[in-house]
Amino acid sequence: MLEFLQYQFMQNAFIAALLVSIACGVVGTYVVIKKIVFISGGISHAAFGGIGLGYLLGINPVLSAIPFSVVSAVLMGSLGKKIELSEDAAIGILWSVGMALGIIFINLSPGYAPDLFSYLFGSILTVPYQDLLIMLVLDLIILGTVGLFHREFTAISFDEEFAEVMGVPSQLIYIILLALVALSVVVLIKAVGIILIIALLTIPAAISRQFTHHIPRLMMASVILGVILTSMGLWLSFLFNLASGATIVMVLGAAFFISAILKKIWYT
Amino acid sequence: MANVVNMEGVYYKLKDYYILENVNLTIKKNDFMALIGPNGGGKTTLLRLILGLLTPDKGNIEVLGMAPGKSKNIGYLPQKSSYQSNFPISVLEVVLMGRYKQLLKGYNKEDMKSALDSLKKVEMLHLKNQQIEKLSGGQLQRVFIARALSRKPELLLLDEPTASIDPHFQGKFYEILSKIRKKMAVVMVSHDIGVVSSYVDSIACLNQKIYCHGPVEESVEGLEKAYKCPIDLIAHGFPHRVLREHE
Ligand SMILES: Nc1ncnc2c1ncn2[C@@H]1O[C@H](COP(=O)(O)OP(=O)(O)O)[C@@H](O)[C@H]1O
Ligand SMILES: [Mg+2]
Repeated sequence: MLEFLQYQFMQNAFIAALLVSIACGVVGTYVVIKKIVFISGGISHAAFGGIGLGYLLGINPVLSAIPFSVVSAVLMGSLGKKIELSEDAAIGILWSVGMALGIIFINLSPGYAPDLFSYLFGSILTVPYQDLLIMLVLDLIILGTVGLFHREFTAISFDEEFAEVMGVPSQLIYIILLALVALSVVVLIKAVGIILIIALLTIPAAISRQFTHHIPRLMMASVILGVILTSMGLWLSFLFNLASGATIVMVLGAAFFISAILKKIWYT
Repeated sequence: MANVVNMEGVYYKLKDYYILENVNLTIKKNDFMALIGPNGGGKTTLLRLILGLLTPDKGNIEVLGMAPGKSKNIGYLPQKSSYQSNFPISVLEVVLMGRYKQLLKGYNKEDMKSALDSLKKVEMLHLKNQQIEKLSGGQLQRVFIARALSRKPELLLLDEPTASIDPHFQGKFYEILSKIRKKMAVVMVSHDIGVVSSYVDSIACLNQKIYCHGPVEESVEGLEKAYKCPIDLIAHGFPHRVLREHE
């Protein structure tokens, strides 16, 4: 089983899987417990605008996706309050406008867009060294921010109004949390692609959530599960020559069902 | 010493009708005030204005010498918490949130001590590591009371604290309040007029307007106006005949 690790691209893929799992385990925990799955889906799709922008400007699309998705996250989190609009409507609008912008940008770019598919559906086997570096830096930013603000993230996730009364600047903290979602979206783009990102942001944490009630343990378990399941998906995709992103998501989905059944048996 | 709360000519409007109209209210240091009035009378709204969660349409509010929402030296028990019931958090962690100070400041020994103390007061210490989703409604209410107490604030706002609480703990709860009330101003929304009147210094009756605000004995008339029905202040079965006995 281990001989396929000898390939350089496989080693890179496993490093990518590890970096991806850190982002989705830590941020995914908040996505699940604060129930912001829909807005996270919106942020990940809107990030496509940033990818398109990269093609247009001729820079690495992963880089241009960073400011683009952070800005759309901030807009989604604040627009609903600024103008009379429900948050889910704001999300729906930015979700589709972001994607449409991406398509227009790519239209406007000279020539055709090589490896566009890798951004949409992921290609963890071909993550270039530079992208791994970007992912590492983003992971460090995510970990640092969570280290600084975990009290506030938990407080606003549990009871936003009470947090506000206690002096937590809850709107600001919410926006920071959404910005972290945006950064983890960028970390995940190359692995599973924009369309499947939400699976990695929710499934590992949703599985762990069934077995622990302690947020730090929940994060740890999600990271470890993420590493195991993405590696498994990677290996299966290699073995059966299937699309890596989709295989990873299928493995995640299967793991969730198995865990749900296990839990049922466990508690009866 | 300035007042703890100063409200002058406060109006609060929802769409086109007034929920609060020309409310004037002062709460002094160490006051223990009952806020009484019918359902929908605006009591919760009044507390939320004091907390800065709502902004008045007209009028002026000052809390602990600051604009509402600026001073965080306030303990709060919401009537309906907007918390997530299946959240992965323990009882102790919930109470610790009442000790929140500011960004980048963790909880220290003193915070822990205060949280454990408050849990002991509400007789929930043995469940401190319990997952909150496994608590009953009344147990949860006690945890939220502990969360408000643990702050040791200058102003404690309690919105219908005795709702969903068993008679045993209700007695205990009033005992707790009479012990801490020397240290802070307390405003308590309650419908147990009879019981409450033997503990508090003053009563404010609210039904869109403040109908009365003053020492318990003087408030009966206003109470009846606010509720639009006669009120028997001596509740059945309660021994504290403090009111209008010799009239
Ligand atoms: N979020 C809200 N949306 C619409 N109406 C509300 C809302 N909150 C309060 N109200 C209205 O405001 C009035 C006062 O409510 P409230 O302050 O909760 O009264 P109380 O706490 O005295 O029972 C009620 O008539 C209620 O219908
Ligand atoms: Mg109320």
